[in-house]
Amino acid sequence: MIDAVITLALLALAASFGLAIAARIFSVSVDPRVEVIEDALPGANCGACGLPGCSELARRIADGKADIDACPVGGEEVARRIAEIMGQDFEGGGVRTVAMVMCAGNDEVALKRFHYNGIYDCTSAALLFGGNKACIYGCLGLGTCAGVCPFGAIDMVQGGLAVVNPDKCTGCAKCLSACPKGIIKMVPVNRKVHILCSSHDKGGKVRKYCKVGCIGCQKCVKAAPEGAIEMDENLAVVNYDVEIPESVAETCPMNTIVVGGGVERKAAAAGGEG
Amino acid sequence: MSGRFFGGVHPFYNKELAGSSPIEVMPMPEELVVHFSQNLGAPPKPVVEKGESVKRGQVIADAAGFVSARVHAPTSGTVKSIGDYPNPVGTDMPAALIIPDGNDEWADTCDNETSTGDLSAKDIRERVMQGGLVGMGGATFPTHVKLSPPKDKKIDLLIVNGAECEPYLTSDHRLMVERSGGIIEGAVIFTKAIGAGSVVVAIEKNKPDAVERMQRAVEGRDGLRVEVLDVIYPQGAEKQLIFAITGRRVPAGGLPMDVGVLVQNVGTCYAAYEALALGRPLTERVVTVSGAGIVKPKNVLARIGTKFSDLVSYCGGMTDDAGKVISGGPMMGVAQYSLEASVTKGTSGIVVLRSGEVAQYTGDACIRCGRCVDACPMRLLPSALSIYIERMNFEMASEYNVMDCIECGCCAYVCPSKRPMVHHFRRGKAEVRKISEKAG
Repeated sequence: MIDAVITLALLALAASFGLAIAARIFSVSVDPRVEVIEDALPGANCGACGLPGCSELARRIADGKADIDACPVGGEEVARRIAEIMGQDFEGGGVRTVAMVMCAGNDEVALKRFHYNGIYDCTSAALLFGGNKACIYGCLGLGTCAGVCPFGAIDMVQGGLAVVNPDKCTGCAKCLSACPKGIIKMVPVNRKVHILCSSHDKGGKVRKYCKVGCIGCQKCVKAAPEGAIEMDENLAVVNYDVEIPESVAETCPMNTIVVGGGVERKAAAAGGEG
Repeated sequence: MSGRFFGGVHPFYNKELAGSSPIEVMPMPEELVVHFSQNLGAPPKPVVEKGESVKRGQVIADAAGFVSARVHAPTSGTVKSIGDYPNPVGTDMPAALIIPDGNDEWADTCDNETSTGDLSAKDIRERVMQGGLVGMGGATFPTHVKLSPPKDKKIDLLIVNGAECEPYLTSDHRLMVERSGGIIEGAVIFTKAIGAGSVVVAIEKNKPDAVERMQRAVEGRDGLRVEVLDVIYPQGAEKQLIFAITGRRVPAGGLPMDVGVLVQNVGTCYAAYEALALGRPLTERVVTVSGAGIVKPKNVLARIGTKFSDLVSYCGGMTDDAGKVISGGPMMGVAQYSLEASVTKGTSGIVVLRSGEVAQYTGDACIRCGRCVDACPMRLLPSALSIYIERMNFEMASEYNVMDCIECGCCAYVCPSKRPMVHHFRRGKAEVRKISEKAG
């Protein structure tokens, strides 16, 4: 009995020596900040920074290979915490950008060409004649963007339209590449005037297809400060670098220009239906 | 006796609806909408302007690059406008609206008979290109590209594809019965361009009259023969046809030229004969207008650009219970939402089904019965693939070779859950293409 105890104790001693030596020889020095930075990051592993995950970004930041505000999801708050860990100054970055679906053509206002009876997914629907909306630029409303959003920030409102909730949107931009129509854009969250249309069709066609589409009349271009709204092939596009007075929205004969645009729109849609 | 590829299905062929009615020449419609993009590859560039008067055979859109095919005015008349018009395979696309003047005059350079005997391979390719030829079975791949294999690829066999395995369609069948001589002439022209020694005309067993006519046409000619094939869908698919006749397997992602074969549809062969021997560029084609929803199913020789609505009314119109219009056959064709689309070089038929015949999509779950695995002529695993794509696991879909899917529709045809298999695969292919583009 005692022999066994002694043998095992000796074996354990020998093994622990081995381990102690191995730990010293094969030790890998890890920057202790990596772990702390990783804890400070949101941990969604969304890939919005362009790296495989939060731990990879943490490593890069610690190595000085990535900026302290490289995480678009975490925004200012996370950047400030990382700056503290890294012992750097953070002056407060720019304005947070959020995704916005540049289409307001729900079933009530936008014409449909045919009854779609296929897979409930925008990419699939777009393979057949570019989708069933008469306007080939319009939101198909089957929620592919909402499906890929890791933060549940995209709501499918009644009448087949995707609307981004700016409070929940972290700006990871995953929805931009998921949308087969490419009509989701990143906009600064502090800007209130938006042109919710992506149609490059000529005015006559737009009128036929949609009650809230941009017909390219350029009234808003004239009403807005210079360079604030620019024309791009029959479509008025907001230049978000310039502030636009809210009164410009009233010049639009098609009500394509909206003030607000996110949660407000969803509330309006819900109110309209109810 | 020929071999047989793996899988396949036996749909109801319904070929008797239009199979026995001879090709009728359609009277000139009031207007023609001629699409510029009628080929796979780069869309040709328009070279006419609004208000210009054109003659039949005049080039109205020139090839934009090598993989692109010219478009010719289908009759003489005036270009009323140029704009976006409904296309049977996609969204509205640029087209010329031509108002025929009724004279149907050929352009000066066209409609002159020439001997094709002493043309060199290069001349043939050049004139096929000038004739605006594309694969007329439906894929619309420019023919001159198929006739220009790289030097290291030796082609020894030309297969003239007269299988016509799609249900309802009989345009190739009627062409073989009525224009067998021209088809053979066209095939011989093709063999000269690629240096192939032998020609096999492949016809399914269910067209005995076409077999007889074609056999008579090849009689006494060296290196030409007719092969009678089993009736099974998709016998006319390129890779399946090559295997059935030669036992050669086209490698995944490869082309028929990799195994020394060129496949041309009978319609393309006939068009080559017209273009090279008669000097008539591709301006018309045979279109089968059939289905239980059509009052008088017919095979119609229609000008390119003829509107579907004109074709349907020429065939007695639609029955009251017509439920679905398909451009092409019911297995691989594209459902149409209006009759505004017009005939392109690849429109082999218009099939109108009764509403009772149309299956509605339900999208039930896969029950793993494996019928699609038995049916897939490409030996893929459609059940697994559709589930991967449904779950947006495109990496696995790519690993399971979704890109080899030929979209024949056998899996969807046999699926007891009525899953939209082909639609899944088309989405999967689009996503896989997107991923590989991103990866560079």
